[in-house]
Amino acid sequence: MAAKDVLGRRGEDLAARYLERQGLVILSRNWRCRHGEIDLVATDSTRLVVCEVKTRSSTRYGEPAEAVDARKVARIRLVTNAWLKAHGVRWVPVRFDVLAVIAESGAPVAVQHYEAAF
Amino acid sequence: MPIARAYAVALLGVDGHVVEIEADLGKGLPKFHLLGLPDASLHESKDRVRAAVVNSGFTWPNEKIVLALSPAALRKTGSGFDLALACAVLGAGEVLPQAELDGTVLLGELALDGRLRAVRGVLPCLIAARDAGMRRAVVPEAMLAEAALVEGIEVHGAAHLADVLSFLQGACELRRPAPPADDVVPEPPDLADVVGQDDARHAIEIAAAGGHHVLLIGPPGTGKTMLAQRFVGLLPRLAPPEALALAAVRSVAGRLPAEGVLSTVAPFVAPHHSSSMAALLGGGSGIARPGAVSLAHRGVLFLDEAPEWGASLLDSLRTPLEEGEVRLARADGTVQYPARFQLVLAANPCPCAPAHDRDCVCPSLVRRRYLGRLSGPLLDRVDLRARMFPVTALVATGHSEDTATVRARVLAARGAAAERWGVLGYRTNAEVPGPVLRTRFGLPRDVVRPLDAGLRSGQLTARGADRALRVAWTLADLAGRDRPDADLVETALFFRDRRAA
Repeated sequence: MAAKDVLGRRGEDLAARYLERQGLVILSRNWRCRHGEIDLVATDSTRLVVCEVKTRSSTRYGEPAEAVDARKVARIRLVTNAWLKAHGVRWVPVRFDVLAVIAESGAPVAVQHYEAAF
Repeated sequence: MPIARAYAVALLGVDGHVVEIEADLGKGLPKFHLLGLPDASLHESKDRVRAAVVNSGFTWPNEKIVLALSPAALRKTGSGFDLALACAVLGAGEVLPQAELDGTVLLGELALDGRLRAVRGVLPCLIAARDAGMRRAVVPEAMLAEAALVEGIEVHGAAHLADVLSFLQGACELRRPAPPADDVVPEPPDLADVVGQDDARHAIEIAAAGGHHVLLIGPPGTGKTMLAQRFVGLLPRLAPPEALALAAVRSVAGRLPAEGVLSTVAPFVAPHHSSSMAALLGGGSGIARPGAVSLAHRGVLFLDEAPEWGASLLDSLRTPLEEGEVRLARADGTVQYPARFQLVLAANPCPCAPAHDRDCVCPSLVRRRYLGRLSGPLLDRVDLRARMFPVTALVATGHSEDTATVRARVLAARGAAAERWGVLGYRTNAEVPGPVLRTRFGLPRDVVRPLDAGLRSGQLTARGADRALRVAWTLADLAGRDRPDADLVETALFFRDRRAA
């Protein structure tokens, strides 16, 4: 596993715990299909919360949340559709969140939650 | 939801419009939207502003930022909005108090490290800001001297974004302009340097006294250019509003000297005959920039070797000559620049131009064609034509009058004209419209008889008659008379009518 994947994995663990503390129930992690992958699928029992987790070890290359661009947004929507189909969910309100995790060495990990980011 | 407002100025020609920049921080992924018809260079300021803010040690709000430039329908161009954009963002991030941003105009381009760079057109921007009721302005330090020319607004100069921010937070003071230095007038070249040429000197003097246009014709090396350069020395100093209008044009053209002295010397502009239409009248893409005619506002536009100029260029001068301004329509709107200049044309009598005309080897057709390049309609607007003669002795026999002597006469004549036309709002004879000359200040029949004769025989156009009348008034002013008589009208016609070659 490359270093960046380790970092990403750690970020996703953190994010999952963060969401659980918010009272959400995690349904899937790293769900894949041929269109791509979504990091976290959760629910607050009224709607589906699809969450993209972006982890970075510093802000030297910009804020993590900035890396979520239009292409990524389109892919997440596509994979979400596939997830709904695969799980036989007919119609449900969906919220798309972005969780930005900054894990700088020697500093506490910062999590920023963009609710309904797109 | 925090909203902050900062103020900058958009320039359309020399007219400024105060632009309100609203910054709104909202929920959503970090993004930066710029609204309100920004052009390409203004779009780039997104990245400049962000880099400058971060490199100045401030935090860039990690949120969705919407910046709206209002009035939204006005096209905004250039990099002068950077400083105001940065301050609007930081105001919305609650780094800067809104009270400090109100009533403050912020001008300047930001370097990536936060240094403030000079921008064009600070002077007209500040005039607009003052007229819109802004109380103070922050400009790049390099533009402080120029900004100080505008009275009635508090001007501060900053070198770095960080300085501006701590100034707006009340933590430090910025540089204030030094008291304006006295306008040191460089001594213009003296009229006494020109050898002989009494006829042309006289024409120049009349032109200076009445604001008329002149054509000088003579063989090369007789002092046409010298005389034209000395013309400016005869003109009165510019009044403060005129000097400010000229400075505004220069500022937009990026030609204002850095010393920050409001020059009251009438400008002398001598473009080369290879100039383009855009260089002469003003032009450029998007919004037109001022050209030579506007840089010569309230001064002299000297076209040397006039027949070498393209016919369309010369004829394009006709409108500004009549109207005293140019209107230039480009993609992003029509701009108006002032262009009330005195035209001085110089020409050789023919292409071969020997010292003595009798040695000319040009076929007569070539000679006729050469001066024929100056079109009739253009020449109709030139009030005075003077021949210049080959210099026959290097040491002048007679005494040549110097600038001071002639200038005293010119100023006295201008004074008389200003007193006469003052009630109507004109200052020189050249500005007075024809109907006024013919009705309220009409001259007796027998005085204008030469003009009637010229009109009847077709040698004179109606405009030409009016122009001759104006020259006659100038001659009367120079002679100390209260109105021209038939002799002066004849003289005016003589200066106008002589066939050029």
